Amino acid sequence: MSANQTATMSPAKPGGNLKAQLRRAERLRKLKAIGLVAPLALFLIVVFVVPIGNMLWRSVDNTELDSVMPLTAEGLRHWDGSGLPDEATLAAFAAELRDSRQGGGLGRISRRLNYEDSRYRSLLMNTLRGLPAVDAVGPDTDWVATLTEIDPAWGETETWLGIQRTAPTTTDRYLLASLDLERSADGEIQRVAERDRLYLSVFQRTLVIAGGVTLICLALGFPLAYLLATLPAKTSNMLMILVLLPFWTSLLVRTAAWIILLQSNGLVNQSLLFTGLIDSPLQLVFNRIGVFFAMVHILLPFMVLPLYSVMKGISPSYQRAAVSLGAHPFAAFWQVYVPQTISGVAAGTILVFIMALGYYITPALVGGPADQMVSYYVAYYTNTTNNWGMAAALGSLLLVVTLLLYLVYHRLVNRKQLIRS
Amino acid sequence: MTQQRFPLSRISRGIALGGLVSLGLAVSASAQALTVISFGGASGEAMQNAYYGPFSEETGIRLTPGDYNGELSRIRAMVETGNVSWDLVEMESPELVRGCFEGLFEPIDWQRLGLGSVLIDAAFDECGVGTFVWSTVLAYNADALDGAPTSWADFWDVEQFPGTRGLRRGAKYTLEFALMADGVAADEVYDVLRTDEGVDRAFAKLDEIKDHIQWWEAGAQPPQWLVSGDVAMTSAYNGRIAAAQEEGSNLEIVWNESIYDLDYWAIVAGSEHVDEAYAFIEFASQPETQAAYSSQIPYGPVHPEAIAQLDEAQARRMPTYEENMVGALAIDTGFWVDHGEELEQRFSAWAAR
Repeated sequence: MSANQTATMSPAKPGGNLKAQLRRAERLRKLKAIGLVAPLALFLIVVFVVPIGNMLWRSVDNTELDSVMPLTAEGLRHWDGSGLPDEATLAAFAAELRDSRQGGGLGRISRRLNYEDSRYRSLLMNTLRGLPAVDAVGPDTDWVATLTEIDPAWGETETWLGIQRTAPTTTDRYLLASLDLERSADGEIQRVAERDRLYLSVFQRTLVIAGGVTLICLALGFPLAYLLATLPAKTSNMLMILVLLPFWTSLLVRTAAWIILLQSNGLVNQSLLFTGLIDSPLQLVFNRIGVFFAMVHILLPFMVLPLYSVMKGISPSYQRAAVSLGAHPFAAFWQVYVPQTISGVAAGTILVFIMALGYYITPALVGGPADQMVSYYVAYYTNTTNNWGMAAALGSLLLVVTLLLYLVYHRLVNRKQLIRS
Repeated sequence: MTQQRFPLSRISRGIALGGLVSLGLAVSASAQALTVISFGGASGEAMQNAYYGPFSEETGIRLTPGDYNGELSRIRAMVETGNVSWDLVEMESPELVRGCFEGLFEPIDWQRLGLGSVLIDAAFDECGVGTFVWSTVLAYNADALDGAPTSWADFWDVEQFPGTRGLRRGAKYTLEFALMADGVAADEVYDVLRTDEGVDRAFAKLDEIKDHIQWWEAGAQPPQWLVSGDVAMTSAYNGRIAAAQEEGSNLEIVWNESIYDLDYWAIVAGSEHVDEAYAFIEFASQPETQAAYSSQIPYGPVHPEAIAQLDEAQARRMPTYEENMVGALAIDTGFWVDHGEELEQRFSAWAAR
């Protein structure tokens, strides 16, 4: 705009020059805009894009053997998988195993190999201890005999096949394992043994709990927000403080409070027993019921606030007009008022749903074994067993599922809004 | 140690850590002082009184204490980025074993340490020096139970001792207890558990009382459940039960068939204060300092002479008290490091069914 104005205000200049000036001004404006956005973009890249990219990569990362034992990995990649690998590979393996202690390489490969079979860690440790001294080995050392003497397992094809599976630099084992799948010995994808099937049901329950909490929050939050938006300012401010009050209390305190209220000898059970409504205490906590109670309580404000802000902006005259034109009050509410709140409903539900997906403090404390969500296992693999491959695979799948759901949801809401307009 | 504290800060730190680990979350510390990181809480206070303060006074070495929640990931991030600001860290045994393999800790030079072989056997580790012993025990509320259970077989006996049972939500400990309840002798538990049939046997035994179990997550829960009457008996950490006993609850511990474990001092690889760290470990492993620590918190000293310096009532609460060691089982950390993930996964699948 300003560029246009300056251009028209200097009519003395010829037309070609004007174009160049315009372009220059446009470019300057673009640079300014980029400069203003740059800090935020940089922040987003450093704090979100890089760690998320890193996590996605870790879910397929299989570079442990390749980085610690490059020659062995190379040799095994060319091995046809019958008999034993050639002497050169075995010699490289022995030399690289000896050096692997430096910089923690041994730890990394034994952890990785243990995912293939849990005996590798002790096998590698024993072998390392039993290796002949550096000056006792030469080019004519018979490595098959030497290694087999330390541990007969080295004479078995199966042992080397296990190591060969870790030689490629990427793997799908973590992603498959997160879907209760595995590769059989001949490379076919198959389901894991029934007793070990876990993660599909974990994903399912994560979605069920997050969805359930969202629906309950909507059912409770909508009337509340409506009340807040329609009451006189003085009363609604008072109520608003009550809605916000839980925000000022620690999440853990609120969770612990629910345990105290809901446990077998807790306040709720005792009152119910006292009034004679029940004969024996109900199991209200350390199961799904407790999870819903605690999570809905914690997440309800995130539903009420966006709803309230949208409802506050809706003029009551629309509904009045509908009623005065002969609509039933409910029809006026449902067909005139509710569609105007869609953007608030959309914001509130997506906020609550996505926050609920990542919950695990609350389910860990008030849930039972069947209520633990994906993030519980992500934390377990990250902090307890240090299996970042599994943690990343579970996290990546959760991310993908969330994005897919978001896309579907986005389209649905947009269509609703289109219909309305 | 983690188990003794509400593990929530661990969880919330886990959240903070999740994405940010690559940025290197090193806590800045003074370049000159020896930085000693413990699990904090009541144990950290006892360490301050028994070890940190007297050590600085005696040697003149400045010491910066700190605490964390046992995440190996933080140490790993530190060592991998070469930004090592922690020198000496209190480690639980599985993390110690894992970290040792990964080269996150300096191997212990026992000659340099000058402790000889006075400590209990389990205190000697490739990368760590044991500092105290804690136990996972069977505990019950003596006011609420007719008769006294003496073993895990009694724990499984819901006819004679009716009521809900508490167990830690996880395979570790649970499978060992199940096997002992099924008649496996304490010293054969891990031999049996190393076989597929043994694992099946443990899960089959757990099936028997599955409907009676309420699973706990935080170490604070079992004593609270016992006091409130939510459970009739439960597995629990001995330190937690001792704390509840001091508050006047009539809780009892069955030491028979308990499982004990140690916390260790480990020196972070790349630490610039290795000499001071060795001096500290040696100082903290003397009978006097060990007794000073254990007199404040019921974790057993690793120096056998320390027990004699405690009064009888205190000594009886120690996992390393001679009578309490009878029938007790040392946790097989190597077993859980090798098989932990598959067993925990199977446990989670089993428990959710």
